[in-house]
Amino acid sequence: MNDRYHAAAWGEPLLKELGSPGERGLLMPGFDGEAEPEPLPPGLRRGEPPALPEIAQPQVLRHFTRLSQMTLGHNVAVDMTAATTTPKYPPAVNELIARSPKLTELHPDQPDGTIQGALRLLWELGECLNELSGMNACSLQGFGGAHAIFGGVLVIRAFHASRGELQRDEIISEFASHPTNPATAAAAGFKVIEVAPGPRGYAELDAVKAAVSERTAGLLLNNPEDTGIFNPEIDRLAEVVHDAGGLCGFDQANANATLGICRARDCGFDLAHFNLHKTFGAPISLYGPAVGALCVTGELARFLPVPVIVRDGDTYRRDVDRPDSVGRVAGYLGNVPSLVKAYAWIRAIGPERMADVARHAVLNNNYVHRRLAAIPGITTAMPGNQDRRLDVTRFSLERLKEETGVGAEDVRDRITDYGLPAHWLSHHPVTSPEPFTLEPTESFSRRELDGVVSVYERVVEEARTDPKLVRTAPHRGPVARMRPDLVDPARPPAATWRLLGP
Amino acid sequence: MSGRPAHPYIPGSAPVAKAALLAEVGVAEADELFAVIPERLRLREPLDLPPALESEAELRRAFHEQLARNTSCEDALSFLGGGCWRHHVPAVCDEIGSRGEFTTAFFGLGPASTHGAYQALFEYQSLISALTGLELATVPTYDWGWAAAIGLLMAVRVTGRQRVLVARGTGPHRRRQIATRLPPGVELVELPHAPDTGLLDTTALVAALDGAAALYLELPGYLGVTEPEIASIAALVHERGALLVAGVDPLSLGVIAPPGSYGADIACGDLQPLGHHPSLGGTSAGFLATTLDERLVAELPAIFIVAVPTERPGEHDFFWGNFEATSYETRGHATDFTGCSSALAGIVAATYLALAGPDGLRELGEGVRRRRAYAIERLAELPGLVASRFPGPGFKEWVVDFGPSGTTVAAVNEALLARGILGGAPLAAAYPELGESALYCVTELHTRGDIDRLAGALAEILG
Repeated sequence: MNDRYHAAAWGEPLLKELGSPGERGLLMPGFDGEAEPEPLPPGLRRGEPPALPEIAQPQVLRHFTRLSQMTLGHNVAVDMTAATTTPKYPPAVNELIARSPKLTELHPDQPDGTIQGALRLLWELGECLNELSGMNACSLQGFGGAHAIFGGVLVIRAFHASRGELQRDEIISEFASHPTNPATAAAAGFKVIEVAPGPRGYAELDAVKAAVSERTAGLLLNNPEDTGIFNPEIDRLAEVVHDAGGLCGFDQANANATLGICRARDCGFDLAHFNLHKTFGAPISLYGPAVGALCVTGELARFLPVPVIVRDGDTYRRDVDRPDSVGRVAGYLGNVPSLVKAYAWIRAIGPERMADVARHAVLNNNYVHRRLAAIPGITTAMPGNQDRRLDVTRFSLERLKEETGVGAEDVRDRITDYGLPAHWLSHHPVTSPEPFTLEPTESFSRRELDGVVSVYERVVEEARTDPKLVRTAPHRGPVARMRPDLVDPARPPAATWRLLGP
Repeated sequence: MSGRPAHPYIPGSAPVAKAALLAEVGVAEADELFAVIPERLRLREPLDLPPALESEAELRRAFHEQLARNTSCEDALSFLGGGCWRHHVPAVCDEIGSRGEFTTAFFGLGPASTHGAYQALFEYQSLISALTGLELATVPTYDWGWAAAIGLLMAVRVTGRQRVLVARGTGPHRRRQIATRLPPGVELVELPHAPDTGLLDTTALVAALDGAAALYLELPGYLGVTEPEIASIAALVHERGALLVAGVDPLSLGVIAPPGSYGADIACGDLQPLGHHPSLGGTSAGFLATTLDERLVAELPAIFIVAVPTERPGEHDFFWGNFEATSYETRGHATDFTGCSSALAGIVAATYLALAGPDGLRELGEGVRRRRAYAIERLAELPGLVASRFPGPGFKEWVVDFGPSGTTVAAVNEALLARGILGGAPLAAAYPELGESALYCVTELHTRGDIDRLAGALAEILG
């Protein structure tokens, strides 16, 4: 544990306070052709120039570099605190690969013949994801996990429509499943039934049996849950849904627990998505640009969003002539740089080591779990299930809160004083009191795992000896503790510096 | 686990480290940790994946070899645009966009560890607001077409009407994307444009407005035209109780009027031209801005960042402003959804706008418009084509009609490619009425020599 950590605290002013009139950060190339464009009519001409700051280049660079330094990414911090959104090590070499002008300077309207190398890499990535999910066809357009799941929801709708079963307007999910599952279904116009987890922390057979009907279009579920609990009845649930005529979508936003161990298709599912920025080493970039892939069975392939990359002999092309396709979810091919990075990660790991990724992620988590659960005040959430957690564990600080008044949000802010990124509590609805959720992926060393444990030991001790210290944290952060209670609810949201005022 | 050297990405794969952790956890083999996964669900066969490229040197070489087969817009002179563009990417944008602190962090946590990213996004929102003339912007969403669909669905919810109008001059991919996104029950009506001008057919608009939630219109349009009567169109739309959703190229807004000035309620567009390489369209990211109309703000499905006071007087932190309204909380009752979107693209765009400033944007816009005019003049000297199918001022795109030549766009483009030029995108699939036409585009990267080269090549091909 680093007692001496202090976050960079640059006190960086807002961009609008930098610079002065006439300063320039960028000059534009001139043009010596003799031509005068037709003037824009008055209503189309910009009157007042946009109120952008005027700043020279070094100051712009320094400003954003300082802001980056007040952000704790995986490259500088032991970032295992983002629960199922925990990034793993995004290999540095993949950044270099994706920075090749042979990739960055490709235009999406170029003919297929001029982008064969890129199309081949993307096609091969799709084949790998099919193998890892047990599926047969893949769409790579998702700019995030939810985007990919939404594509899957459209596929489910199109499948039933193709069979004339338009009455199937319900999608079943689970109370504790990622919000994107019920939300994408609802956004696509489905009625959503969220079943409650049973005492063991997952959707049980009887609950799903009670939820299915002739109106069931599908089931969307993640497994393991965000709690790290694996639902061993997953294939039985799929049977129930199939018997009712529905399809099953496996949310593999985070497949660290199951990679090469257990596949969505082998669990009886028809669709699966992967977040390549979680499991496959593509960078998460704060909150995207992210990348989600959607894999489906052969039966569902014809419904996938276009374009689909197909191989004809030795050549590759973007197939848009697919009359049964649900349409287009992204303008072009999706997040191509991150797709290439994810494929580079798969190639660097290779077939023999793929399951080792899951083994080490689960081993690391079980180690951290055992050590944290030994700290008085910290318990494992969902105590009704004593099974080993897989790659993630949700903990509860309920006892600590009862004893000291210090809860999960206080601890969240205090651990940042020791150089850890703030921990994730829980998705809504919160099913365990005072939760926090850790995922020590395969990327961390024993020494780093111990370091994280020692921070929690210290903060729990502080909660007992000096609770005010924890409740008023952070103390060594870039800024002092936030006071949402001081926001005037009558004013418009302060979402820009203009709305914030002087 | 394998007996090979430890994997460089997996510290625990070193034998000593692994043995120690297994002992601590109390298992002989890691596979015991998966006891909860029933045997019947376990994968037993070896994975059929291509062989590992474990050394960094091999990995780089293999990918380099594949990528080398591409012809990039550095290898050939490109006149492609239409929603993804090759503009100059300032080195500072590349530097900030690849900062490991940003690329490897997740920001959905407490603000204390991501203060810098939140401040940068707050600044991004402020800059987009200044650029568009609308008061509020959100963290970027997936891409332009997605943002347009979000805007239209917000209008559907605010007005309670189930029909949206989309101008035919909207980019064809975006039209398809919007249609794909709309839930059952929401009708999409495509509005034609006048065949001679490419401008929105206002008679058709008036006829379609009753019961419509919104009009989506791009300015400049995909076909390169700019609506001179945009303010009257906005007034017509508002008179009938509908909203105007404007799709704009952010780089045009140094010279072209911003959506806020002509009464747009919602604006969207792509951030790609603001400091991102085209990357096969992979760096697309949608921006979304609205007026402060409370009904619209309440319907925003995307997160926006707000400034929040701290304990220290005068100091602000930044955090999610509308978490409760998003699908993170509404789940099965959501009307739209969010999740990891395109945040870092916003920070890069903010960097671009800070570098360019108001003068840079104006100079860029004027320079691009001059290049377009020069290119049209040069092409107009050539036989066998109509240099610009639609009259009127524009920004960077225009339609070249090869119909008079009797040849096809495909044949012209093949001949251009043989001369190292990527010709304009064929339009026949999306606009059959335009026949053998192509969408051409110039940016500030095109020199007079580049345009002369195009004209010379076309003279050879068509001559």
